[in-house]
Amino acid sequence: MSLELRDIHKHFGPVRANDGISITVETGTLHGLLGENGAGKSTLMKVLSGFHSADSGEIILDGKTIKLASPVDAIAAGIGMLHQDPLVFLPFSVIDNFVLGSPGERRLDRAAATRELNELSERYGFNLDPETPARLLTVGERQQLEILRLLWLGARVLILDEPTTGISADQRAKLFVTLKALAKEGMSVIFVSHKLEEVADLCERVTVMTRGKVVGEAELPVPPEQLVEMMFGQAIEIRDRDQVSLGSSHLALDSIRTATGLLSEEPISLEVQAGEVIGIAGMEGSGQDTFLRICCGMRAPKEGRVAVGGQDMTGKHYRDYLAADVKYLPAGRLEEGLIEGLTITEHFVLAGEDRSFFVDWGAARKRAVEQVEHYTIKGTEASTAESLSGGNQQRVLLAMLPAELTVLLMEHPTRGLDIESADWVWEQLLARREQGTSILFASADLDELLRYSDRILVFFSGRVIGELDASATNVDEIGLLIGGRRSGTEGVAS
Amino acid sequence: MINALVDMFDTATIASIVAGASALMFATMGETISEKAGVINLSVDGSMMLSALAGFVVAFETDNVWLGFPAAAVAGMIVALVVAFGSIKLSLNQVAVGFVLFALCTELSRFLGQSYVGRPPVGVPAWDIPGLSSIPFFGPVLFDHNLMVYLAYITVIATYLFMYRTRRGLELQGIGERPEAAHARGVPVNRLRYFYTALGGALIGIGGAAFSLDVILGWSDRPTRNLGWIVLAIVIFGGWHPLRAAIGVLLFGALQAYAINLVPEYPSLSQVLPSIPFPAMIVVLVIVNWKALLKWLDRYPFLRAILRSDPPTAIGTRFEVN
Repeated sequence: MSLELRDIHKHFGPVRANDGISITVETGTLHGLLGENGAGKSTLMKVLSGFHSADSGEIILDGKTIKLASPVDAIAAGIGMLHQDPLVFLPFSVIDNFVLGSPGERRLDRAAATRELNELSERYGFNLDPETPARLLTVGERQQLEILRLLWLGARVLILDEPTTGISADQRAKLFVTLKALAKEGMSVIFVSHKLEEVADLCERVTVMTRGKVVGEAELPVPPEQLVEMMFGQAIEIRDRDQVSLGSSHLALDSIRTATGLLSEEPISLEVQAGEVIGIAGMEGSGQDTFLRICCGMRAPKEGRVAVGGQDMTGKHYRDYLAADVKYLPAGRLEEGLIEGLTITEHFVLAGEDRSFFVDWGAARKRAVEQVEHYTIKGTEASTAESLSGGNQQRVLLAMLPAELTVLLMEHPTRGLDIESADWVWEQLLARREQGTSILFASADLDELLRYSDRILVFFSGRVIGELDASATNVDEIGLLIGGRRSGTEGVAS
Repeated sequence: MINALVDMFDTATIASIVAGASALMFATMGETISEKAGVINLSVDGSMMLSALAGFVVAFETDNVWLGFPAAAVAGMIVALVVAFGSIKLSLNQVAVGFVLFALCTELSRFLGQSYVGRPPVGVPAWDIPGLSSIPFFGPVLFDHNLMVYLAYITVIATYLFMYRTRRGLELQGIGERPEAAHARGVPVNRLRYFYTALGGALIGIGGAAFSLDVILGWSDRPTRNLGWIVLAIVIFGGWHPLRAAIGVLLFGALQAYAINLVPEYPSLSQVLPSIPFPAMIVVLVIVNWKALLKWLDRYPFLRAILRSDPPTAIGTRFEVN
């Protein structure tokens, strides 16, 4: 089935999740949809599978425009979607999951369905026991179950949303084999991912999305740096950096390593001096957040030592890190940084140093009003966290930081912000730096990394693949490393 | 003590346990269905009371006991629909709405029932099944009751068969387990939630009427009080499984009968025994949620099926299509 999406728009309030997207997927191809988290890929696929209705635009299947009001319409038209977290019922048996929602007689003929499941399962080399409850299956097996179910219901277009998250390497290999076989049978497979190397491995064509728009398309294979450039954009100009004299060691990591998963393979050592800015680059989920969590004491490394300001902090509690003026601002501003339902005033009271039993609300409000003005937060002291825009949430988070900071760790300091807010955020951060705060920030924006960092660490699949001097590197070199290639060598490092 | 134990296992006592459990049986199945669909109807205690009154009043005024049951079913259904409507349409908290309805219905039935206190009772006529009722032991225990008792047990079996043997039953479980997955498979989640909550409410209502027209006849001051809370407890005890819930009902009835038999010997204990189902439920919950045990039970699917306690994951939540 050939599929065409024409000028799809989907807005959520002021957010343009999909802003005029057109994509054509040919019959029997493996089509990659590549983009960072929040690029609008999932929204687009939910539109295509009937979960969201588009604000405008057309879906054309085999030359006919179709209307999809619900997921059932989509599967009836032959479009099946496998969700990142497969939509299975965990306590139900495999066979019950398989038949639920399928058309058929009133009485449930489990025996007949089991035969069909086994047949399909054998055809694709899966091994699913019909009686096992789904909660005992691995995520990979739950995907297999969903794929078989969608095929059984007659899917001719199969959408997979980030299918490799949370499955083992073995299962991923098996999944890729299956997808290739399906494409060979004439199925159109749309593979949604933020992992460049997987798309490059598997797909024949790729569409790259950024901020709700299609920014590039290519027949594969192409050199990965070309895809990186599409995803992250070309850095335009690098501003001259103010030279800040670096001070004593503020954060020292000595061969840290986790027990399993990311960062477990190679120990990482790093020394950050006062006033130094370290940029952290890499595809999302390459170990950056684990690294930052170790730096702020939220996670203890299995091996290695962590020192803050020359003092050994290994194994100490997160509170002790806070007391040592180490502060972490995670990417989920509303999920992890702020508290929904609480006002700006209440946030300042919670973050404040005042430990008295009663809250002096009059004084608290007065201080909050001052802060709102000082940090030019668009809102009032009585605004709740969720009513603020992303940029203003970031302003509140920065306003809540204590005056003295040894180390500041941030994820995506300017993601989703308009240019004005982004510039403002960096003004604040650079002012902190002047005072001697060491800053480590993870970012997906190469321009931002090159512009503000002194050094850049590049993460690739749970390891630090490169440590670069920001003044002596360029977009191409970082792009190569992000894609897993060390400069001067051929092939993807694994 | 020994005598009481022996008495407990005599045919007449067992038969009385079976007969007396009908009201709880209907209501427990109703609440199980409703919760399985994801809607927790916390008003059971109040809506049983109101429907017990409705059933008695209609039966008394028309002098026809059978008209009492549909009236009670309608009463229970209306209360249940308020819970469903409040949750689905008005985004209200199911627990809050249910609790308020409990208080409202209780006081309402007290007020409306004032003039019916002490009126001559109307009862369901006995109907022993010819032939079957003369089988030794099983005859009197199972087949020497009345139509409502038989219907209560048929309801249990029908609920079980419907839930686990039919396509619609699987959908019912689906909407309470993971509504977004059910929606993805074309199951009309909210429409079915209305339907099953109403059905459950009707069964709760019939349970109320079964009490006032069959178990303890007539109307007095809040005759069914606390029965609804016991229903809620037994649904959890039963792990949201109709058959296990039915066993819970019988167990509760047995403990009560045991308590009555013990009264002459241990007057003090008779107050304690009826409350045993509650701590027993807590103990069961602790056991069935014990991670190590569950892990071990995974190797024995049959045992786990008996002991499992998987609350419908989406219970008490709302589902919205965006």
